[in-house]
Amino acid sequence: MALVGYGASMAERIRKHKATPENRDMSKSNDSVIAANGDKLKAELDDLLDEIDSVLESNAEDFVKSYVQKGGQ
Amino acid sequence: MAIPKVCGIETEYGISVRGTAVNPVVSSTLLINSYLGKYQQTIGWDFQDEHPGTDARGFSLDDVLDPDIEMHLVNRVLTNGARYYVDHAHPEISTPECRTVNEVVLYDRAADEIIRRSMKSANEILPSGSELVIYKNNSDGKGNSYGCHENYLMSRATPFGRLVSEITPHFVTRQIFCGAGKVGCELISMNDGDVPFQISQRADFFEEEVGLETTLKRPIVNTRDEPHCDPTKYRRLHVIVGDSNMSEIATFLKVGTTAIVLSMIEDGVLNHLPFIANPVSAIRQVSHDPSLKETILLSNGSRATALEVQWSLFEAAQKYAMTHDLESVNAESGEQVLAEWELVLNGLESDIDSVANVVDWVAKYRIIEGYARRHSLAPGDVRLKAIDIQYHDLRIDRSLASRAGLRTLIEPDSAVHAMVEPPTTTRAYFRGKCLQKWPDNIVAANWDSLVFDLGLDSLVRVPMMEPLRGTRELTESLLNECSTPAELIDRLAGAAQDL
Repeated sequence: MALVGYGASMAERIRKHKATPENRDMSKSNDSVIAANGDKLKAELDDLLDEIDSVLESNAEDFVKSYVQKGGQ
Repeated sequence: MAIPKVCGIETEYGISVRGTAVNPVVSSTLLINSYLGKYQQTIGWDFQDEHPGTDARGFSLDDVLDPDIEMHLVNRVLTNGARYYVDHAHPEISTPECRTVNEVVLYDRAADEIIRRSMKSANEILPSGSELVIYKNNSDGKGNSYGCHENYLMSRATPFGRLVSEITPHFVTRQIFCGAGKVGCELISMNDGDVPFQISQRADFFEEEVGLETTLKRPIVNTRDEPHCDPTKYRRLHVIVGDSNMSEIATFLKVGTTAIVLSMIEDGVLNHLPFIANPVSAIRQVSHDPSLKETILLSNGSRATALEVQWSLFEAAQKYAMTHDLESVNAESGEQVLAEWELVLNGLESDIDSVANVVDWVAKYRIIEGYARRHSLAPGDVRLKAIDIQYHDLRIDRSLASRAGLRTLIEPDSAVHAMVEPPTTTRAYFRGKCLQKWPDNIVAANWDSLVFDLGLDSLVRVPMMEPLRGTRELTESLLNECSTPAELIDRLAGAAQDL
């Protein structure tokens, strides 16, 4: 596998990562992992947004205004 | 061959107290002392070998710098080998020296647990109606930043100039998977309308490519040359460009990929890749583009996206794993880093949302966008800024990160264990175990020494100039066989060996 500089086109790079026999199985499992993650995360986000107001600081304006830190490193 | 990438993280936490006016130095001191009083036997820090003004480029500013370290403030060593102290009006924890990236994540999690217990014990002392709260973030959204620094052991033989140019592409682009995300922009020249959301907490604060500063005009590559070990053999690369991560996998990727890239630089295999033409503008450009579509200018005149730069570094690392090995980062950990690295780059490329369980900025961005949509909020709305800060709240019942479905690496029980037990494969083991066994006889400690009081006229200093000595393998039986510290000192002198 020849190394490319940063300027490699997207198409070229995707072929390098996904088309070779030795990594095809890996890519397939990556893709399905990604898809399964997507559904699970969507549901979790909806749940979070349903309950978020009970967790958020009650006065956002005051909260944000009073969050002032000294500069550090 | 690249030397072992002994590594660690230092985190400065945001601190606020509601209901009582307290200055942050006092509240940070209260936080730490209330924890120490309740939970831990500790010893004081020894400043003898601290030289934060020594520059890797070969000169020293120690005499002209403002005192960077406030020596009178609380500064303790814990039995897990970590340091817990007040720095620049923030509580800060430095993890012990670790041999693998998995251990760094473990001790970073242990630090979070220490902070949680500290908050609890501090709030038991504060008057009712007041509350002290800690945030693991890096900016207050008003132009004040505080850091999360990483440290990596490097060979002194690697030319520093080459190290700077070859690591910069990684430092400019790794934020696409280890940025913690931020609502708005803190550059004077821009406003929240220009940048409603960006990838990194810290990118706005970097003004130089290379330099010694850490509190203003921050450089992408920091030149602090304070190895805390044998300076003729080693340097410690002090990395100040990263964000604090709530996601364990993001911390794993941040430290793991950097340790591998540094190993490749030591082994001279990265010189085929172009440099970034203007790193300071590029790091902001990447941060300000959550679409990941923009390209940055390279030194050879061509352009690439941050993702393309990362793919090139990943490919080089994959090849490096075959032609050399990953022993400098521990082979097993190294393989795990490569697998996570490929997975996250694939996810960022095909469907950014799919990495919301790993990448902090993506997890935060989805909450911000989802909330804005539900409530029809304009970009930069104060409620979105509140969500941004609260993502990093270390109170479990208030933290948004803890509700974001982030994948974890560390068992909660292991993190609790690591609050008091040191790692076994670095000198942190000897430091932590001596402190557990003879707390009354150790008067001070530093990364590279322990000072014993044996009741004699003078104190005895035990140097520990080798980060990979003082391990369990080398010192466990010695420590078990010695019933007093005097016996330990005799045995060490008899063996004529430094730790």
